[in-house]
Amino acid sequence: MDFLSEHQPELLPGKRQLPPAQGVLEAPHGTTIVAVTFPGGVVLAGDRRATMGNVIAQRDIEKVFPADEYSAVGIAGTAGLAVEMVKLFQLELEHFEKVEGAQLSLEGKANRLSTMIRSNLGMAMQGLAVVPLFAGYDVDRERGRIFSYDVTGGRSEEHNFAATGSGSIFARGAMKKLFRDDLTEEQATTLVVQALYDAADDDSATGGPDVARRIYPIITVITEDGFRRLTEEESSQLARAVLQKRLEEPDGPKAALL
Amino acid sequence: MSTPFYVSPQQAMADRAEYARKGIARGRSLVVLQYADGIVFVGENPSRALHKFSEIYDRIGFAAAGKYNEYENLRIGGVRYADLRGYTYDRDDVTARGLANVYAQTLGTIFSSAAEKPYEVELVVAEVGETPDGDQIYRLPHDGSIVDEHGSVAVGGNAEQISGFLDQRHRDGMSLAEALKLAVQALSRDTNGSEREIPAERLEVAVLDRTRPQKRKFKRIVGRQLGRLLEADGAGTEAETSEDE
Repeated sequence: MDFLSEHQPELLPGKRQLPPAQGVLEAPHGTTIVAVTFPGGVVLAGDRRATMGNVIAQRDIEKVFPADEYSAVGIAGTAGLAVEMVKLFQLELEHFEKVEGAQLSLEGKANRLSTMIRSNLGMAMQGLAVVPLFAGYDVDRERGRIFSYDVTGGRSEEHNFAATGSGSIFARGAMKKLFRDDLTEEQATTLVVQALYDAADDDSATGGPDVARRIYPIITVITEDGFRRLTEEESSQLARAVLQKRLEEPDGPKAALL
Repeated sequence: MSTPFYVSPQQAMADRAEYARKGIARGRSLVVLQYADGIVFVGENPSRALHKFSEIYDRIGFAAAGKYNEYENLRIGGVRYADLRGYTYDRDDVTARGLANVYAQTLGTIFSSAAEKPYEVELVVAEVGETPDGDQIYRLPHDGSIVDEHGSVAVGGNAEQISGFLDQRHRDGMSLAEALKLAVQALSRDTNGSEREIPAERLEVAVLDRTRPQKRKFKRIVGRQLGRLLEADGAGTEAETSEDE
């Protein structure tokens, strides 16, 4: 990135001259991303909708990307900028790994992403914010970890679960009631689908599982063995199972009162 | 003011070439071979941390003999070139040919500029294709020329003898274990023709494996896997390599 800023600064998101904004700029926005840790790893998932004002801009956008072998980023906010930021982030992790011959620590990766979000602050002030969720498997500590960010690049580590984007409040509520310490990988993936369903239920900008078009959430799992994205088949099975149960109980599983 | 002695350009270049060649010859040799599923790099290297081979990009690997600081410099330059290309355009637009050209320009300029001493390095840039026909191996000697190689190539001190040995024995479609064994055999021959043993701990081995599911095809082979490959004889090797993926 230092090399890039010296040689071709125009390629970096933060270095662009911005024209003065008039009114609200309409650009596709990504919506809800959720993450849950379980013993042995972390699950990161996102819905598939991008909205532009009150219009659905895209039904099958992909908002969760592998950052490298042991980490992934899910993006909420202005889709175009976010995708570019992820691309640059991936490049930087790979570049570091090749030049130094070793991977950055998970903490180091999280810090790097923080700086990149901060460099986008100018754009964020004009309504083009990017707020990602970063999840990874910490090889040294041997557990999954989640980092969330705000528009100014403020970074905070989240324990157990986290969500970002317009549907995040609803997703967080769902996860709070469903989370347990001893989730298996399969339970954790089911949990994120439940959370995304609840987000889509109450937030118009979040997309639910689209059975007719066969569009299901993107679910990724990061463990000791590295990054893995669930296949179309696996995520459709999960989504259909959740949907089936919701036909009987539209509000989802009930938690105990006391 | 005294007039400097006249040195003919031919003589000056010959001296510089001689200097670079001697520097390279001091280092240990390394070999790069094509095998059925890709390209294998083998060299003798007592260090675990200072590598002679490294990844440049998805399908491109780099090998160097000679002075460490000089080729490390070139390696980092190559990684930067490739990453910048891939980011600006697309990952598919980074090719070994382009990279080899950049290296040739750099080495050539340094070799013929009077202000700098020539680099004492010899490089190999290899790219693994979808099929063995798509594999490319370029050898870049110290003076900035490019040699397009096929099958096998050796660089470093004893290169001529080793490549002679390899040319006779290397054939297309070898398994990884076969290619590895041939490479070790070639490396363990001394200048005077006698053979010595190179233990597995002193070997540095890396492959560009086209069967790897990831985009990045470069992989180091170390520890137990290397031991198994060196012990395996011809037949049972295919299963062993794929099982490690």
